[in-house]
Formats: sequence, structure tokens, C-alpha cells
Amino acid sequence: MERLRNLALNQTFDESFIRRVEEESGQQISKCYQCGNCSASCNYTFVYDYPVNQIMRLIQLGQKAAVLSSRSIWLCAACTACSTRCPCNIEVTRVMEVLRVMSLEEGFVSIKDVEIFYKEFLNSVKLFGRVFETGLLPIVNLRTGRFTNDMELASKVFKARKLHLLPSIIKGRKDVSAIFNRFESWRREKITNES
Amino acid sequence: MRIGVFVCQCGTNIASTVDTERVAEEAKKLPDVVYATTYMYTCSEPGQQEIQRAINEYNLQGVVVAACSPRMHEPTFRRAVEKAGLNRYMFEMANIREHVSWVSNDREANTKKAIELVRMAVAKLRFNQPLFPSRVAINKRVMVIGGGVAGIQAALDCADAGLQVVLVERKASIGGKMAQLDKTFPTIDCSSCILGPKMVDVSQKENIVLHAYSEVESVSGYVGNFTVKIRKKATYVDWKACTGCGACMEKCPSRKVPDEFNEGLSVTRAINIPFPQAIPKKATINSKYCLHFTKGKCGVCAKICPAKAIRYDMTDEVITEEVGAIIVATGYDLFDPSVYGEYGAGHYRDVITGIQYERILSASGPFGGHIKRPSDGKEPKDVVFIACVGSRDASVGRPYCSGVCCMYIAKQAILTKDHIPDSRCYVFYMDIRSPGKNYDEFVRRAQEEYGVQYIRGRVGKIYPKGDRLVVQGMDTLLGIQIEVEADLVVLATGIEASKGARELAEKLHISYDQYGFFMENHPKLRPVETNTAGIYLAGVCQGPKDIPASVAQGSAAAAKVLALFARDTIETSPQVASVNERACIACGKCIEVCPYGAIRWKELKGGIRKAEVLTTVCQGCGLCNATCPPKAIQLQHATDNQILAEIEELCA
Amino acid sequence: MLREIAYYPGCSVEGTAKEFDESVREICKALGVSLREIPDWNCCGSTPAHIYDPLLSAALSGRNLAIAESMGFDKVMTPCPGCLKALKGALEVFHDPSKKEDFLNILGMPFKGQIRAISIVQFLIEDVGLAEIERNVVFPLDGVTVVPYYGCILTRPPGFAQFDDPEQPTSMDRLLESIGATVPHFPFKTECCGATYGVLRKDIVGRLTGRILEMARDLGADAIAVACPLCQQNLDLRQGQVERYRKDSFQIPVVYITQMIGLALGIEPRKLGLHRLVVKPNFLLKMSHGRREGFVEKELT
Repeated sequence: MERLRNLALNQTFDESFIRRVEEESGQQISKCYQCGNCSASCNYTFVYDYPVNQIMRLIQLGQKAAVLSSRSIWLCAACTACSTRCPCNIEVTRVMEVLRVMSLEEGFVSIKDVEIFYKEFLNSVKLFGRVFETGLLPIVNLRTGRFTNDMELASKVFKARKLHLLPSIIKGRKDVSAIFNRFESWRREKITNES
Repeated sequence: MRIGVFVCQCGTNIASTVDTERVAEEAKKLPDVVYATTYMYTCSEPGQQEIQRAINEYNLQGVVVAACSPRMHEPTFRRAVEKAGLNRYMFEMANIREHVSWVSNDREANTKKAIELVRMAVAKLRFNQPLFPSRVAINKRVMVIGGGVAGIQAALDCADAGLQVVLVERKASIGGKMAQLDKTFPTIDCSSCILGPKMVDVSQKENIVLHAYSEVESVSGYVGNFTVKIRKKATYVDWKACTGCGACMEKCPSRKVPDEFNEGLSVTRAINIPFPQAIPKKATINSKYCLHFTKGKCGVCAKICPAKAIRYDMTDEVITEEVGAIIVATGYDLFDPSVYGEYGAGHYRDVITGIQYERILSASGPFGGHIKRPSDGKEPKDVVFIACVGSRDASVGRPYCSGVCCMYIAKQAILTKDHIPDSRCYVFYMDIRSPGKNYDEFVRRAQEEYGVQYIRGRVGKIYPKGDRLVVQGMDTLLGIQIEVEADLVVLATGIEASKGARELAEKLHISYDQYGFFMENHPKLRPVETNTAGIYLAGVCQGPKDIPASVAQGSAAAAKVLALFARDTIETSPQVASVNERACIACGKCIEVCPYGAIRWKELKGGIRKAEVLTTVCQGCGLCNATCPPKAIQLQHATDNQILAEIEELCA
Repeated sequence: MLREIAYYPGCSVEGTAKEFDESVREICKALGVSLREIPDWNCCGSTPAHIYDPLLSAALSGRNLAIAESMGFDKVMTPCPGCLKALKGALEVFHDPSKKEDFLNILGMPFKGQIRAISIVQFLIEDVGLAEIERNVVFPLDGVTVVPYYGCILTRPPGFAQFDDPEQPTSMDRLLESIGATVPHFPFKTECCGATYGVLRKDIVGRLTGRILEMARDLGADAIAVACPLCQQNLDLRQGQVERYRKDSFQIPVVYITQMIGLALGIEPRKLGLHRLVVKPNFLLKMSHGRREGFVEKELT
């Protein structure tokens, strides 16, 4: 979604969106007085489409679509600089985390590569019980069309004798995949209840 | 007893949620009530006249008004019934507004509760007795605690009116924070030039006694008759002999004493006069750094003082002053920004506070009025000001606005451009608060005429780059992160309560809020009075404010004192404790628990003693009444019988 | 003195952060700490699980906590701050009345929540103690300037991390000083290095990690000490990529704090995994004494 340039507030203000964000993050969005300290501290502002204070502002204005389809929330590294420095004691990191959860639920994820990376990461965990780094990186590179990405690192890692050629498969991997299964049915039920 | 009940409608304040007609009807049914009515605005002139008319027509001996809180209009109605010939204590109020109509919208429940409150008031009234106040003489001397501009103004106004003034200041010189300022907004007046003459006036007026380098040790007594013990701290210099020549300062070998007046940016000697315009212009020895006290050596100042004024064996002296009123003008402290780790936590020498920059700008400051970086003495070209450091910040426990920083930043930026024409100033701000006369125009001037770059947004981090500093902030208007390389960063630190304020408040029996600012009696209508009779407030000790407001409050507090002293005696409330000597078993418990020391032993014939209340000292708290085993001591107008009557009526 | 603690290594120590695990084990052995690795531990889920729902990450982490708890431990230590965040997050979810039931159902294991999670740094400071470490130093890092880089989540946000200071922490500084290193004031102690974006966004890591390397170089650092596998990866493995992005050269070795401590305790560099560093630890040449000769000849010259 293109950056908002003008707004008809009555028609686009989604109060239930604000309520849900507040409930799930445990933060009171109206406390934010838009000082910009979060954005001033955020090391990722330079790649965001909306700096984090503007994400908070958009929530205050009830602009669900703009927020959930933003690139910012998917470039956030949850480094917690914003939460640490907010003078109003708002845990902005938690708000961003909730927005990612909602964005994924509603199918709004704006940066597909990040989604792919996280999905493959979890697949590895579900399969082996642990992340198989050596397997994960090539798959991600393949699926995101980065065929030569980090190739030169492979030899460095090999020389350092820390290239793991086989995944560690834990004994309890059935327990781990059971957790995934239980989680997925819980999630399906939650989404059905909400719609 | 013949009682009249007046149920106020207070416009719609009460009548909209309480059936006042029914309340009056039910009141009429009570025994002893011979007259009951409702009225629209009972506190108005016709309303009061209605009460007076009814007292006369129905021969009333007691009156109940069911209306607002007694804190609002009890005095009003007491005066009204008194004018009609009743004793003012034969009057009770039932609060059916703050306690009923403003609490709930349930008309049925409200009306029921209002009726109950009226019944309780009538029950108490039956046990009321006429009471008669005493009169005490007023000691027409006033004490001002704090020698900043507010205290100075208050002292001068009182002295001009012919009063004896005692001014107590804990530093070695009066002048407070204003004496540390270079120029003042919005006129860019030189601060010492406008304050100096007032300070001199204080020292020269015959009826002002100045106790500098002194602190209040204890306070006892009551309005018109306070006894204050003051600790005059040892200066180790006889101020009667000292001429302020400064010869001692020149020769003192202990040179590394952090100069408090210059906010630690320079050093001074162990014996020093704080600044050139100090009043009193006398030397003081800082024993922590004096070689005589720390090592038993030196003694140079004693040798060279032409007035032979040095007294190493001086000790603190505690003196007693008796005054009729006290004005508290103890000022403030500035927030310590070292809690902000992101700004270096005090590690970077070129990240300074507003007051430090003020000293740098001042001609009597550490660099003689030349703006220099504390780290290397170079002249800065890029100066960044950061607003709201320790203000409007809940995360450091300071959610309030300090009110003066937006203005002093603009002033300091303008002065920087005056001193260094090719300098560039930047201000990171959240909002601009400039409500005073010519204030907003002043801030606009900074931007329009002096080219100060105002950037709307906070600063997340300051870090070093070579010998400069990078200020990483946000421009929320543009939505971009902005980095500014600076030679000097000024943190506009906010106002906080003075160190020792809470302890002083407890000595004075006045209240303070959660930040340590003293509480005024009413935030809108009585800003310079406290809840303690005879004690007044002036200046920033009551809350952040600028110089014009502090001066105004100084004069206001003086006016209150003058009003208090306009008569020779004052009435003391008869709502005090009283001892029934026949019931008193002389256990002494009341004397022990009284927080005001208002009860003493009275010797009777035959070696018997009984408790006796000093009616002018008693504040009517009732602790003695609650403690007394045989209930011999009773709080007048709130006796056990009166209170029990209310309770029994309620439970009936 | 034999201290025992439950140990959760985390997935990265099997691969790119192998030397972190190696050095943790070595120094614990030397300091009389018995590490009980949680048997059959699984991935904590970290950020990817968290974005599906905090409950997924909580349940995955919860399995490890439940196993440790069943073994009778009331504290588990992990070297990876990301894992620590996940483990603590699980405890937070468990203690939230509105989430507890769902959490336990998805976890599918008995769990009482009577266990704490701490980092290796916190463990060294609080459980082992600086005095103990200092006592065991045989080869102090005299003349070596080490910049302590804490990473963004070890001490932040203060309410969650509950350890040290979020802006000017001193735990790693004090550990380095106790082993004799010179520690300058470092303004970027807790500024994020770029996290997982090393894979997908070279510009992010180039800028953020580059900033840290540049500041360390300006401070005359012989090495940077880290306490996070992801930070180490960005600063060491990707230092070449950062150099190319910034058209600059840094060549600053990035060493785990536990490897530094291990060197001071007299443990052989190979045992601490120092041969696995991409940017060679040339500061060893500065150290006036031994145990490093064999290593130096083979790896550094």
C-alpha cells in the first residue's frame, strides 16, 4: 500500500483495530505524545517506509490497512531501543510484535523474503527439533532468488571448521512437532472465533 | 430545641439528582424541626436573608443547611446565622452535593442518602453548644525562608510596609538561581543588574534582619505566634569584622574547590566569597577543602586578613526568632541529567546543562563571558539545545512541564548568536510553551531573526565523533531521522523540588505533593496560602514558574501577611480540646500523643494535677479525645456525644 | 566449589557460534562450575516463532524449561541473548493468567514455572563473581584494549532484562577489567548490529555493524568482546562484507567474552575455539606471555 497522503478520517477510522492492538500488547496507545524519541533511537528508521512514531500515529488514527501492510513492521529487528527510551513508558516493541502477528494473520505481509526466512526457520525446527543453519541458508537463498548470496562465507565457515554438514535431530522431535500441531489448531480456532 | 432545615437545590447541581422537596418534607417530620424548606441558591444574598428571616420568625435556636461541602460555604452560613443573633456553632451542614448529588445519578438512592445525612446533622445539632473564640495578640514580625527573587520581593514589600522582617537563607549569599543567570527573557535584561539593587536593598533596610548561611532548625507555635529556631552555620569568619576585601581568597593555597556557583565548571578557593555581587559580601571557609581543617596546616588567611576576622574555632549557633507569620520561598533545584545514559550519563564534558551554559555566557562566569567548550576551551560553532530533559518524562518520574525551558533555550540561542555571529544553533523540541507577555514573539524572533534551527522531535542518542558530538534526533514533521554534529550540547534540564524541601515542610506542618512542591490551599483561588494558618508560599517552591510569576507571588504573600497583621489580635478557633477536670484521671496519655504540644499539666491544690489544654496552640485534631481512657478530654464541636448521636441516627 | 547449573546452548552454537559454546564450557570447567546441558533440548523458536504468536515461542521454549525444572533446577543459563529472551518470554506467558491455560495445553508437559533464566554474563557476575575470576587469572590481558559490545537485548528493555543498565551497562566492562584488559568508554554498547538481516539486507548490517566497527577502531581497540552469537556473526563473519559495503578496512578481531576470560585463565586458545575466528585474533601477539606460542605460529603468522 502506498504511503498515505490524505485521509478521510470518519470513513477509515477503525476503533476495533486500536482496541485489539491495546489488548494484545498491553500498551495504552493514547499515552503516546509523538515525541519521536523511538524513531530517533531506532537504528532501522533509514529503511522504514513509516518511522516507528508514525506507525504509532497511524494506530492512533485507526488506520489498520496502512499499518499492517507497512514495510516497517517487517524490517523491525525488535532491538528494543524504542521501548527502552520511550518517556511515556510505552513498550513499543510489544506493539510492533502484535502488529506482525496481526499482519501475518490477515495476509498483509509486505516483505515476502522475511516471511520466507521465518517460515523455513520454523520448518527446520518442526522437522529436526533444532535449526539446521547449513540447510536453512541455501533454501532461503533459493526461495528468495538470491542464488549467490553469502557464497563466499561458506568457505570461511568451512575453514573455521564450524560448518555443520548434518542436522542434529533430537530424540524428542515428535514432541516438538506435536507442539506445532497443537499450536496450529489453537491458532485456527482463534482466527475463526475472531472473524 | 427549635431547629430549621434549609435544603439547597444549588441550581441543578443538587436538584437534578436529588428530590430536594422530599428531603425537606422528611426533615419537617423530625422531632425538634419546626421549619423546613428548599431554596434555589441558599448561599446567595436572598438565600441567606431567607435563613435570617426564618430564624427570627420561627425563633430558631439551631440551623441545618443541606447543601455543598462545608469546606465551601460553612463560613458563609456561620456568618449568616450569627448576623441573625445565633451563636455560629449552633449550625450544622449536611453535604448533599459532593457526597451525594455529584457522586451518583440514581435519584432514589441519592434522595434516601440525603435524608439520612440531614437526620444525622439534626441529631448532632441537638448536642451542640454555643462556643466562643479566643483572641490572641499577633507578633507583627514576619520570617521569610529563602533569599531568591521571590523571597527578596516578599521581604522588601513587608519591610516597605513597616514590618520587621527576618530573612533566612541557607547559602552564603542571597540571590538564588536568578543571581546565577546571565540575562533574563524576554527582555534580555542583565539578571544581576535587575536583581542586584534589590539584594542591596535587603542588606541596607534597617527593618530586615538577614541570616545568611543559616537554616531553619525547628518551628513551633501557631499563627501570630511562631517560635523558630535557626541554625547559623559556622562560616569560620566573623562577619561583623569581615569587610569582603577578598585578600584571603587571593592567598588561599587550596585551589581545587569545585565552584558551586559556576556549577562545577571552574574551581575556587577553600575560603571564598561566592560571587562579586554577593550579599552579604563576606567570606566563608569550606572546611572540607580547607587545609587547616583537613590537615591541621596552613592558616594563611588568618595571618593576612586585615580585619583579623578568621575564627577557626567557630561553631554552629542556634538562635531563636519569634514571628507572627512565615513566608516560604525556598526555590528549586535542577534535574540531574546523568540518569540519561543515552546522553552520556555525564561522561561527555561538552554535554552540559542549561544552568551551566548560563554561567558560561555570564561575564562573571568561568570563562569571563567567552563561550568556550569545557573540554578544550575552543569556541563552539555548532550548538545543539535539547528541550525537555527531565520534564514531561514519566520514565524518570517527572511527567510535568517545567514551564521555563522553552523560553530559556530561545534566550540562550539568541545570546549564542550575539556572542558568536557565525555560530549555528539547533533546538530539538516537542512543543513550545511561551504563554507570557511577549514570550511567543521572543521565540519567533529566535527563529526568524536569529536563524535558530528548530527541529521538532526528541533526541535518542548523543555519541562522540572525533572531538565533536553527534546528536541523533528525529524530525517528526518530516518523518526523518536527523543527525547533527555539534561542538557543544546544552541539555535544558527541568525544575525539581529543592533538596531538603520535604524535611522543611514537615517542620512547618505544611503539605507537599508527590514531587516535593509545597501545596497551596487552593490551586486557583489561594495560590500563596497553605493549609496552615500563618504560613504562606511564594515562588518556585510552590511549583515551576518564571521570574515575573515568582515576583508576583512574593508580593502576594507579603499582602497576605499585611492583611493578617492589619489587626492587633486574631481570633482562634474554639473547636479545640477541653478537659473535664472531674473526669480526668491524670494519666498523661493526652500530653504524650498531642502532636502540637498543646496540653500541659495544671497543678491544683493538694498536689493533684490535671491535664490542661492550651487553647491557642491546640489545632483541633482530636487525637487526645480518642486516646483518653475516661474520655475526660473532649474536642469541642466534635464531642463523643455529638458523633455518637450521628451514628445512632444513622443506624436507627 | 562446585556450582551446578542447567545449561541451554541454543541452536547457533552447533554451527556458526561453536566457539561460544566451547569457551563457555572451558571456563566453567576452570572455575569449578558443572554445566548440566538440558537433555534433548529443542530450538527455542526465537523471533520466527514469536511472530506467529508469542504462544508458539513460549511453548517451544517452555519444553526446555519444563525438562530443566523436572531435573530439579531453579535456574537455567544460556549464552544466547535471543534464546534468553524466548525463555523469559515463556515464563512471562506462563505467569499471565489470561494466557496460562492455552500455554500449558500447547506445551503438553507438566510445568510449575519455578525456574529462572539468565545469561552467561549474568551468571559470571552474580553466581561466580568477579573476585573468583580475578583469583584465577594467570595471564592478564595487559596492554590489550578491548571494546565491550553488549548487543541490543542483553540488558534491554530494563523491565524485562532485569540485569545491568540499558544504556551504560558495566558487567562486561568489569569482567574485562578483572582479567586485566583496558576498557575504553564505548558509546555503542547496546546499539543493534543488524540482527538477522545479515542474510537478506547487506545495507542494514553494513551500516549498523559498520558503525560499531568504526567506533571501535577510533577508540584504538585491539579486539571487540561480544556476548551474542548473532552479533559475533555480523561483526566477524560478515566483517569482510561490511568492509566492502563501506569501502573501508577494519580488521578488528571479534571475540566472545568467554574466550577472553578463558585466555586470561590460561586455557589454550584452540580449546577456546579461537582458531575459528574469521578475523584473526592478532592481539594475542601483544600479550606478553604464553600458552599462545603454538597457536600464534600456526594461526596468526
